[in-house]
This record gives sequence, structure tokens and C-alpha cells, in this order.
Amino acid sequence: MNAVRTMLARLGWSLVAPVLALVIAGIITSLILAVTGNNVSGFWDTILTVPSERQLANILNYAGILYLAGIACAIGFRMNLFNIGVEGQYRVGSFAAAVVAGEAWLPGRWNIAFAILVAMLAGAVWAGIAGILRVTRGVSEVISTIMLNAIAGLLVGFLIAKVGVSTGNSTNTKRIPGESTSEGTSLFGLFSGPSIYTLLFLSVLSGLVFWWVLNRTTFGFNLRATGTSETAAVASGVSVKKMVVVSMLMSGAVAGLVGMPVLFGQAHNYGSSFEAGLGFAGIAVALLGRNHPIGVAFGALIFAFLQERAAVLNILAGVSPDIVAVSQGIIVLAVVIAYEVVRRYRIKREQAAVGRALARTDTVEVAP
Amino acid sequence: MDAVRVEGIGKRFPGVIANHDISFTIESGTIHAIVGENGAGKSTLMKILYGVQKPDEGSIWIDEAPVVLNTPSDAIARGVGMVFQHFQLADNLTVLENVVLGAENVAGIGAAARRRVQEISDQYGFGLDPDALVASLGVGQRQRIEILKVLYRGAKIIILDEPTAVLVPQEVESLFRNLATLKEQGHTLIFISHKLDEVLAVADRITVVRRGTCVDTVSPEGVTSRQLAELMVGSELPSPEAGESTVRDEVVLDVRDVGLDDAQGRAVLADIDLHIRAGEVLGIAGVEGNGQTELVEVIVGMLEASRGSMVLAGEDISKWSTRKRRASGIGFVPEDRHRHGLLLPAPLWENRILGHQTRPPSARRGLINRRGAKRDAQRIIEEYDVRTPGIDTAAGALSGGNQQKFIVGREMSGQPRLLIASHPTRGVDVGAQAQIWGHIRQARREGLAVLLVSADLDELIGLSDTIQVMLRGRLVGTFDPRDVTPQDLGSAMTGAEGAA
Repeated sequence: MNAVRTMLARLGWSLVAPVLALVIAGIITSLILAVTGNNVSGFWDTILTVPSERQLANILNYAGILYLAGIACAIGFRMNLFNIGVEGQYRVGSFAAAVVAGEAWLPGRWNIAFAILVAMLAGAVWAGIAGILRVTRGVSEVISTIMLNAIAGLLVGFLIAKVGVSTGNSTNTKRIPGESTSEGTSLFGLFSGPSIYTLLFLSVLSGLVFWWVLNRTTFGFNLRATGTSETAAVASGVSVKKMVVVSMLMSGAVAGLVGMPVLFGQAHNYGSSFEAGLGFAGIAVALLGRNHPIGVAFGALIFAFLQERAAVLNILAGVSPDIVAVSQGIIVLAVVIAYEVVRRYRIKREQAAVGRALARTDTVEVAP
Repeated sequence: MDAVRVEGIGKRFPGVIANHDISFTIESGTIHAIVGENGAGKSTLMKILYGVQKPDEGSIWIDEAPVVLNTPSDAIARGVGMVFQHFQLADNLTVLENVVLGAENVAGIGAAARRRVQEISDQYGFGLDPDALVASLGVGQRQRIEILKVLYRGAKIIILDEPTAVLVPQEVESLFRNLATLKEQGHTLIFISHKLDEVLAVADRITVVRRGTCVDTVSPEGVTSRQLAELMVGSELPSPEAGESTVRDEVVLDVRDVGLDDAQGRAVLADIDLHIRAGEVLGIAGVEGNGQTELVEVIVGMLEASRGSMVLAGEDISKWSTRKRRASGIGFVPEDRHRHGLLLPAPLWENRILGHQTRPPSARRGLINRRGAKRDAQRIIEEYDVRTPGIDTAAGALSGGNQQKFIVGREMSGQPRLLIASHPTRGVDVGAQAQIWGHIRQARREGLAVLLVSADLDELIGLSDTIQVMLRGRLVGTFDPRDVTPQDLGSAMTGAEGAA
């Protein structure tokens, strides 16, 4: 009974901050709309209408991809390692997978599985560069991953020109053979057609693995300990250098997955049509979800939802869809602030609770 | 006239009491020293006087008028300035620019400011060139810029936080000449230090702080550095509970010729030779900063020794990782429990895993055993009398004493062979202190080898079988706690006469 109550209390507490943040963000967004002379109620009417089935599918698909990017960021963030390079790792991974899948060295599904492995490997290698630089040369991973993003974009562009095939005026990687594409799923009939990327199961799987590793393995404990207090982690025997490299590799491997659902479910080759900025959206989503596997899922859903609604904003409410980007930014800021406020409040409460429970044992130190 | 008077100052941080009922008076135009061990509460006290932190209780008078200092600006407005131990200067700016930065309202940034800076420098014999680039100046000159900054802002009362810590002896002398000039011209100086001979040389009055409270205020004429040391670390005779020797023949830790060089190649530790037998408590005495911290970190493996070898129960551990050393039987109660001993925001049961990530009951084959960790955390709470509502409470919410009891309990689990206890009772209340002492005695009876590093001489004499004194990175003397007095230890610790 008591355990249930503790659990409910904990759940309640973990919801306070995000709800608070969303409310604050809503208020600020409304203010901005009002000040700029836009139609506030029209905005909310449009944003909050129940999405159609097609829109729902779009939201789910996009959320799944954002989730992968979010988890990739969260792995590093959990140990205060700021992998800003998910964007570049995602591009390198997607490109490598597209090339391998286009060559079709393996038949059918084996080709998909192999390409996914290649994507993870490529992403991991790209992130690993930053990890190695950090532990051997003390280069901040923030700087090196940003640089690697730029290099990734240029390198991939260069390689596409080298190995890609031109159709019309665009150059893409070789098209993946039809037997190695994944059609999409109706999610057991929930949707009327095969409109959900099959490879979104990678998102679910990554989330589960991330949660399990984080909470149930020594590695995950070391990761969290390093993030909470590096000094305490070192004293407990954690090799921070090793942790930096390994978590960078893991983060990069997941980043490599980001492009897979679209590559096999829709695009079938890698080219300029691949969405830019997913890696950066992942940072926001991870922040929004406090690097927690479930929190990140909510963050991804909220971002995907806003993104999808933004498309029709201009038509239905006459509001520029850019306002959605603004409100996304406000949400992230509000979340950061709300979490800090709630965290401080909880620490105070907990200390008070400890004091009460112990009926004020005297802790005053008196010099003898 | 009194420049500063504080009465009943108290300051609590979560889990610790930094200051408790501090009262003293500083006469105008004097040099007043505040001495005490690291962690005794000196810095907190000074931050309160400078308005960086607000006291939870007590009152402050400056120039005999009651004041409330909410920010450093309030303190500056009352004529209080502070020179921090770590200089806050911009290397790429000139002396003048550094002084004027943030005080543009005093005399602008032009010729008037330059005149004023030159004037002050001449008046007190600082010999600073306003146009010299700070990057080109030495430590002593930088410190004078810091003092100049404070004077420029109109300070009459200047707090100097461990000003000599960064200086070589010649620079110390010239600093003291500057201080004397400042005093002659009517300034009041508050000088924080734990170097006793310096304090005796320069101060008019000395206030001793221990365990967050004022122990006494004395005149330098009436005391020796030994007596001051006693006041600082507490010299009451320990409870006569030494007990019979439990020392066995088996050597558990054998440290040979260990040395450690810092990044500049200076020896932080040199020629460390020590061995601890099963059932023996080896106490390391020393004034803080003489290499004790490094010695502990070298044995635990957080620092890599530059020379020498370490053997734990017959195995050479010199090249082992911290993880392997701890798993092979080193229990570690770190000096700074907040930085090295606990994950403060994490619940107690997760803290049970810290440092034991690879061992039952908290882990097995790479997986965390949550149930095992929780059960064992519960056991520690009961056996070690950790006062907490439960194992789900965050470690940071507990008082210092209870945090420490939990750490001691955790480090005694898993059958360690060697327990390294660094200042195990620092900042804990008296009750917890007695319990922790009891646990260390128990460990000794059970045949653990214990390395006890402490600044508390009573603790060392009361618990140790052998005491070694550390001075400037070397072990300089071995004492038998049964016939040593705190005075003997005190003089060995300060390198004064007659160190054995």
C-alpha cells in the first residue's frame, strides 16, 4: 500500500514540471501572438483540433524518428556529454546504409538488417572521433561534434556526387531494390493502410534497451553516476575516459538509426531530400524529456504534433507556421526552468520530511 | 573603536552546520587573524562578512553600526573589501583596467582613474605600473593589484583569504610589509590562514575557529604556535579507550618508496614507506595540504604514483585501476563525502551501489541487483544507525553525520581487508562521531588494516596503534600514541623543533 502511494506520488511529481512548462509555454505563445496582432483563438483552434488519421500517421512517424534522435542525445546527456553531432552522425549513417542497401549484396530482409548495422557502425565511428579527441586531447565534444556536423554534410555531399546516380537534376545514392524496402504497417489494423514505417520498431527497441541498460546494468549505473557527480564516479572506480568513448559510440550508433525508417519506408535512396535538422530537434526532445526514455517519447510526440499542425496553420488561421518553431523553443526553455523550480522545491520538501521523520534529532555541532 | 563585531552568527547548509554561534570583535586599525583547519568554517564566515552568503542567525556590526549585508555591494558600501585566494583578474587587461573594471563610478576610466590608481600604489608602496599588462606580472604583484582594487573601491576593512597560500617566502615578507603600511594608515585587516607562524608574526589578535564555532580569541604574545595548533585541532585527552593491541603479523598494505610529482614536476609525495598489519590502525597526522589527500588518492588509485610500489595482501596493486583495487578489498571513506562519497540526488539504496558496482549484493555479472542493493541499504541503515525515513530518501537530504555513517557502513561491507578513512568524523555531530569511532575500533578487532588520516589529534591518538606525521609530502616521524602528546605531534606537524 505504502509502496503504491510512493509510486503514485513519484509519478505525480514527475508530471508537475512538464505540465507546468506546457502551460507557461502556452501562455507565452499566446502573448506573442496577441502582441504581433495574430489571431490567438484561431491559432489554438487549429493546433488543438483532433488530427485526422493521415495526420495521426504523420505525427507517429515523425515522433518515432525524433525519438531516435532524442535517445541518441540522451545517452550522452545522461553523463554530461554533450553530443551536438547527432545531425552529422545521422547523415553519415544514413548515407552509408543507403549505399550498402543500394548495392544489395544480401537478399531481401538480410539486406535491410545489414544496412542497419552499417548505419549504426558509421554513426558510431563518426561520434567516436569526438570521443577519442576528448579523452586523448581534451577537445570539448561540443566543439568537435559541431565541426564534425559540418564535415559530415560536405563529405556526404561529395561522396554522393562520386558514387550516386543522377536522375533528372538530382543526384542520389543507388535505389534500394524493391525486395529490400519495407512497405509500412497498419499497426494491426489501427490504421486503414500501411501508413506507419515498419522500422519505427527500432525506436521502441532503442527506448527499451536504453531504459534497461540505464537502470539495470552496471554500465548504466556508471553512466548515471558520472553524470550526477564525476568526482564520486571516479572515486567509485569508474574510468571516465572509457565511459566517454563508449557512450559516444552508443550515442552515435543510435544516431545512425535515425534515417532508417525513412530510407527503407519512403525514400529508398539517400539524397538531398533527407530532412535536415533532425539531430538538433533531437537535442530539444531529449531536453524536453529530461533524458528519460518515457519523457523523451512524450517530448517527441509533442514536437511531432506541433510540427504536423503547423502545416495547416497558415491556411486555416492565417498564422505563419514559424510561430510553431517559436513555441517549440519556448517549451524547451519553460521545461528547463520548470524542472529546476520543481527540483529545488522537492529538495526542500524532502529535507523537511527527513527532519520531521526524525523528530528533530539534534545535528548542531558543539565544540567540546 | 570596533571595526567589526559579530554576534551569534550561524549558517546551515543542507546536512551540515558551517557556522554555529560565532562571536568576536575586531578592533579598528589592527590585523586580526582567523585561524582554523580547512573545513572549520572560516571561509563561510568571511563570505558572510562580505555579503556573499546570508547568515541564518546572528548580527553584524560594522563601525559600531548594525548592518545587514545582502550582497557584496552592501559590504563594499560599508567599506568592507575582500581579496580572494584565487585572483579574479583579466590577464589580457592592464593593471589600471583591472582595477577600474566594475568600479567605473569611482573616478571614471580616464585620467582621474589613472591618477587615483597611481596614488594608491605610491601611498602603500605597491610599486605597480598602471599600464603593465597583468599577464606579464608575477603572483605577488597580482595580489597587490587585488588589494589595490579593494582600496580603490574605498575599503577600510580588508579581508584576505589565505593570502600567503600562493606566495613564496620572499613574497610573503613583502606582503607583510604592505599589510603593516595599510595598518599604519588606519585600515583594519582580517587575515585568514592556517599557517601558524605567519599568523603569529603578523597578527595583533587571533581568533581560532574549530568545527564551525569560535574556540577562543588570543593575543600572539601569549601563545606559541603549538598552543594555537592545539586550539585548532582540539587537545582534550581522548577517552581512555585505546584497548588492547589487536595487531597481527600479516602485513595487509605495504607501500614502498612511493612518490608523486605534480604537473610541474614538483614532488607532492616523496619516499613514502609504510606498512599496515591486519588489526592495526595507522594514523597519519599532518597539517592539511602536506600530501595526505594525495597519499590516499594514490593508494585508492585515483592518482597514479610516479614512483614506488604498493602491495595489498601479497599482490602488487601499483598498476591496478581504482575499480580493481576497491573490489579486491579496499574500503574507502573519502575526505570529501559530497564530492567523492555520495551521489547526493540519488536515493540511499543507489548510493549503496556506488563503489560496489561490480560486487554482490548490489551487482552481479554486469547487472545491477536492485533488490540486493535495497536490502543491504536497509541493513546498513539499521546496523549503523543511519537516521533516515527510508532507503528511498536522497542522500543529500540527510545530515552530514548520517551520510557519513552510511558511507562507513557501505565501506565495511563486502569484507574489506583495508579500510582507508580520511577525516572520517569531519563535520559530523558528536553522537555520530562516537559511533564512527566505535565502528573503526570494531573493524580493527575484526582484523582489518586501517589507514586513518585525520586533522583531529584526539581521534588519531585515541584510535591509532601507530601514528606517522606527514610534512611537505614526506613521512617525518613515527610516534606511539600511548606516550605521545598532542604537543609532540603539533611540533612535528609544523616542522618545529624536536621532530622525532
